[in-house]
Amino acid sequence: MQLIKNGEFIEDSFVAVGDEDALPDGPVIVSLERWQAERETLSARNTPLGVRLKSGQEPSVIADDLDKLSVVALEFPAYRNGRAYSYARLLRERYGYKGEVRAVGNVLRDQFQFMIRCGFDALEVSDNITPEIWAECSNFFSLFYQPAADGKPTVLSLRQRLAARAQSSDTA
Amino acid sequence: MYRYDEFDHQLVNERVAQFANQVARRLSGELTEDEFKPLRLMNGVYLQLHAYMLRIAIPYGTLSSRQLRMLAHIGRTYDRGYGHFTTRQNLQFNWPALKDVPDILKDLASVEMHCIQTSGNCIRNVTSDQYAGAAKNEIEDPRIISEIIRQWSTFHPEFSFLPRKFKIAVSGTPDDRAAIRVHDIGIQIVQDGAGNIGYEVYVGGGLGRTPMIAKKIADFVPKEDLLAYLEAVMRVYNMYGRRDNMYKSRIKILVHEIGAEEMKRQVDAEFAEIRKAGTLHLPQEEVDRIQAYFRPPAFETLPDESTELNKAVLADTGFANWVKSNIAAHKIPGYAIVNISLKPIGGTPGDCTSDQMDAVADIAEKFSFDEVRVTHEQNLTLAHVRKKDLYAVYEALKAHDLATPNINLITDQIACPGLDYCSLANARSIPIAQRISERFADIARQHEIGELKINTSGCINACGHHHVGHIGILGVDKKGVEYYQVTLGGAADEKTAIGDIVGPAFTEDEIVDAVEKVVNIYLDKREAGERFIDTYRRIGLAPFKENLYATH
Repeated sequence: MQLIKNGEFIEDSFVAVGDEDALPDGPVIVSLERWQAERETLSARNTPLGVRLKSGQEPSVIADDLDKLSVVALEFPAYRNGRAYSYARLLRERYGYKGEVRAVGNVLRDQFQFMIRCGFDALEVSDNITPEIWAECSNFFSLFYQPAADGKPTVLSLRQRLAARAQSSDTA
Repeated sequence: MYRYDEFDHQLVNERVAQFANQVARRLSGELTEDEFKPLRLMNGVYLQLHAYMLRIAIPYGTLSSRQLRMLAHIGRTYDRGYGHFTTRQNLQFNWPALKDVPDILKDLASVEMHCIQTSGNCIRNVTSDQYAGAAKNEIEDPRIISEIIRQWSTFHPEFSFLPRKFKIAVSGTPDDRAAIRVHDIGIQIVQDGAGNIGYEVYVGGGLGRTPMIAKKIADFVPKEDLLAYLEAVMRVYNMYGRRDNMYKSRIKILVHEIGAEEMKRQVDAEFAEIRKAGTLHLPQEEVDRIQAYFRPPAFETLPDESTELNKAVLADTGFANWVKSNIAAHKIPGYAIVNISLKPIGGTPGDCTSDQMDAVADIAEKFSFDEVRVTHEQNLTLAHVRKKDLYAVYEALKAHDLATPNINLITDQIACPGLDYCSLANARSIPIAQRISERFADIARQHEIGELKINTSGCINACGHHHVGHIGILGVDKKGVEYYQVTLGGAADEKTAIGDIVGPAFTEDEIVDAVEKVVNIYLDKREAGERFIDTYRRIGLAPFKENLYATH
């Protein structure tokens, strides 16, 4: 497993800890259950914290905690399970979350661009993904019909720009 | 019709390049069939019993002559000289080689066509009324909003891995030819008292093993908000639709389990938030831009009556029969809607040879403003033909075995590919439809029976829409033997109903006799002016059940 964040292959500074594991020093990612059970202890640690949501654990349950969280990891239990795409958009667009949104679990190369569009800025990917594969698969499409969390201009806005340009050159 | 601009072209070309790369990885062995599966399924490539099958999107069933000619060319070059029009208004090729698929996609892209989202758990090709722009009581041409939905749903990053496939249908007239109430979302175009166009939205319809009629959850969504509303429905479904069991993962099950009221509440709450964000607001200029592509063609001012037509009807009984069943009223005086039956007696419903496609393309170019429609009942439609040209159109169609005069009659059947092609099927469908067709071949008898829709599916996935056939036939497998279960009283129009199971299933040898018996019971019981479905609604299942099994 390797971590890609904002397009860079980086060392993961967070440790994913199980619910029974002792907390190591340094940044950790815990389950929602552990966060809810040990909120005080975890908040008191003076180190970055992440929470991992399973499919079915909606971001609304941590909406009030987001300012305490450096990472929200969203699980893809199978590539077919696309719930977390909606979760990511809600985190970014509804709750205005600015921290890291990380895709974990079954993440296929052919899904990279959809994930980025929905607001994931970090992806845990399998070891066979090279920077070349990332470059190709994260850029399959250069145009987008619909708005999403990445704020990329839509085809509609490009059309409007073209029309405006045509109009201003008409009047010029 | 809609024409791609530079952006639409670029997106399709990028998709072709992406898929060509994926196919190359499969052919080189870099990808196993298992790894390739989710990728090919994003692009309409299925693995069937004997070969790969390629499904081509025909957005809302509209084709130009040039596009139809390209389909003919693909059928001839890469397949066995024919294609199969489906109940989703799409076209399937049953025998392409995987290595040829990238070339086929390039050919398609050259005429603004593709296979995007014709399979997989995403928003599928939007379907609509084949009489769009021609129907008398149309509130607005449904292709305008269908095209807007097509664009919004194409490569939607949030909704490409839904719990299950998702189908949207749009109707622009109060009488529904798009079967909107058996779709995941059905959109009915309506007009308010002030003349504003908006949309009634139905959710949770579908056939398959759990047939459900969609529930209306919105009476009037303003045009500018429709995409925001659809995104709200999709998000609720994506978050709460079941993923534990593929047979319970369609939106109809969610709506059924939480109830239409709760569904409406959740969608309304999500809609309010999305609307507030404003990013999906549909600007009038974009609606206008797309609407311009669907402007009415240059209709001539003509008398509504055509003496040429009247004379030909008197002179040629074959033509008279065809006019009686295959022609529908047009909103412009002197014009008619022509339905081309792809259900020749004893043929395979929906099959069309490349030569026939070329012929239809030529006829459409000459007589119907260069445009062809595909219907969800697996026929073709020429939307705008001058009445005085009908005889010439008939003659041209007849020369290519395309003038079967049976639209909406008993031999105009829907049938899925069944066990002859499909790996899911339990029983054959096509041979049953063919034998029924042969039994009722006599045209006078068909007209005597009147409107009667027989739909046949080869398994409970119901691709042949048996639940909504006036007579529905479902193939089942009992210990290796094919049996056929009969339902009565189904309908897919504005009075959508799921058919009632009549009783024990029939063997392959009994089924055609059973259908004939049902027809005879109807003929015996009907009152003046009644169609089969009217009689059934009046007298119910019991008289059919009693008589059908009486001699068993």
